[in-house]
Amino acid sequence: MSLYSWGMYPIVDNKVHKLQSESGLKETLLTTDELIAYGNGRSYGDSALNANLVHAKPYDYFLDFDEASGVLHTQAGVLLSDILDSLVKRGWFLKVTPGTKLITIGGAIASDIHGKNHHVEGCFSECVEEFNIMLADGEIKTAKKGDELFLATCGGMGLTGVILDAKISLKKIESQYVNQTTIKTKNLKETFEAFEEYKSLPYSVAWIDCLAKGEDIGKCLLMVGDFAEDGDLRYKPKPKLNIPFNFPSFALNNLSVKAFNWLYYKKAPDGVSHQRVHFDSFFYPLDSIRNWNRIYGKNGFTQYQFILPKEESYDGLERILSKIAESGKGSFLAVLKLYGEENENYLSFPIEGYSLALDFKIEDGLFELLDELDEIVVECRGRIYLTKDVRVSKETFEYGYPQIEKFREYREKNNMSEKFNSLQSKRLGL
Amino acid sequence: MSYVLIVGAKSDIAKETARVYAKNGYDLYLAARNVNELEEFRNDLEVRSKVTVKTLELDLIAFDTHENFYSSLSEKPLGVVVVAGYMTEQHKAEQEWNETLNTINVNYTGAVSLLNIVANDFEKERRGFIVGVSSVAGDRGRKTNYIYGSAKAAFSAYLSGLRNRLHESGVSVLTVKPGFVNTKMTEGLDLPEKLTAEPSEVADDIFKAQQAGKNTLYTKWIWRYIMLIITTIPEFIFKKLSI
Repeated sequence: MSLYSWGMYPIVDNKVHKLQSESGLKETLLTTDELIAYGNGRSYGDSALNANLVHAKPYDYFLDFDEASGVLHTQAGVLLSDILDSLVKRGWFLKVTPGTKLITIGGAIASDIHGKNHHVEGCFSECVEEFNIMLADGEIKTAKKGDELFLATCGGMGLTGVILDAKISLKKIESQYVNQTTIKTKNLKETFEAFEEYKSLPYSVAWIDCLAKGEDIGKCLLMVGDFAEDGDLRYKPKPKLNIPFNFPSFALNNLSVKAFNWLYYKKAPDGVSHQRVHFDSFFYPLDSIRNWNRIYGKNGFTQYQFILPKEESYDGLERILSKIAESGKGSFLAVLKLYGEENENYLSFPIEGYSLALDFKIEDGLFELLDELDEIVVECRGRIYLTKDVRVSKETFEYGYPQIEKFREYREKNNMSEKFNSLQSKRLGL
Repeated sequence: MSYVLIVGAKSDIAKETARVYAKNGYDLYLAARNVNELEEFRNDLEVRSKVTVKTLELDLIAFDTHENFYSSLSEKPLGVVVVAGYMTEQHKAEQEWNETLNTINVNYTGAVSLLNIVANDFEKERRGFIVGVSSVAGDRGRKTNYIYGSAKAAFSAYLSGLRNRLHESGVSVLTVKPGFVNTKMTEGLDLPEKLTAEPSEVADDIFKAQQAGKNTLYTKWIWRYIMLIITTIPEFIFKKLSI
């Protein structure tokens, strides 16, 4: 069985080497020309694809948990959901989590993922104390905060080695519930004002109606909140719904997306409202539907995610949202978020500003549209998120990431450039 | 405290099953050969779930050790899950008697030897549950896999009889029939993705079915219907098929 990424595009044949022991991995490294680590297949594009994959998910032991300090030591294939299953009931939660809990620790580090609290807590690397990684020659190195290996590996898309295990620090919670405030806005200006107004709350994210035109552009539901202090911790993960087959590709057309966006927006009360929701529905609304990627049909889909510096964000987003609305190409999900300061890692995505993420099914004319959007991103000095990407040009990428040369030199110097590669790294010369 | 004894604890299905029981608060006995190899896994379970996990050396085909093995458990288990299995290439089993014998002994004789002892105890105590992981391969012999299949068929029949016997004592017996599962045992085989379960799915299904007191579990569920079709094909046609 070949492995593919969350976007189900591209589909390429690959040989899967299960990560089960250090010695087994060393053997694979020494006998394979080129490979890339693959976790749970939740990155969207070609960043974890190649002819040879090291499948890290089977490497999933918990090693130690210190209840006094909240530091958890696990192997790299452990899923964030495994951590929550075990530790929420004991009052612990992830300091940083993305919009899915179905990713591995290794993947979280390699993508230096971020979540709804980026403006407060930063990226995943903030909570990583240290990790062990196997390099091209089979040597195992420990990387600590501040090491060059740490800076290159966090956000480094698996291109420095295979992460084996990591120590991450967790945060205390008192309740499995989140007090949520929902703000319904009428346009982009109101949306930006609302983000600034609620900046002091740790979690925030907005769902944007991408098909809104003219004056309505940028209308959204902004959801902000924090963990409740009352309630309970008796966490029982719910069973998942399943989408057992790929939807026919016509299922998701402009009309159905409009209907969905409208329903979602309509159902929320006007102005500001308050809800108490479970952390699973607050952080991971789509995880309850296993294989939701199948609704885009068998040709697959991609997620276009970019970020613009704050001062350019308003104009840039207005232009990009207009262009998308004009094109009529459907996006089921459009997520807007205000980010905090960038970190020092060479290839981490976040910078201070606004990021938008939208899904598109793969169809004729899509990549041309995305190229046009790229031009606006470049003009606004923004960048594209590698973990989602499957098609960006080398030029656009390089404009966005000024530290890329440092990363390339580091890889070259440490003999990583030949051994660790993905289709994406070859496409972009990472 | 309530222990569940997992027999053949090194297999992928057994490990995931152990995780599910641990997650639900059960303490565990993990029994296998060369059990020291399970040390890291034992630690994993304890860190994950804060339950007590003990590893026990057990060779399923050393029949005369089973009595001792069971009586030396200071606290008798609440339930037993037998996951031990051995599958070799059909061709190899046809040529080498030792392969055939090992297939029969691990999948059938050894399990029976141990479960006889367990069943007597559970019957006397009028409590407990037994889960036996058999296989869809036992539902009908096919030329590609009938030596393994026949051992599993015998095991299925044994579990069915055991269920009948223990029903009166309130002891439940669950027969698990996995179809294709993505494990070490099937590594290298080209399995159809849609019919292939992950070990964690099988484990979740086992736990749910056992807790609900079910009799037979096919996993994935679709195998119940696939096997219904396969067992319905008349023999004069079946013998000509290659499936």
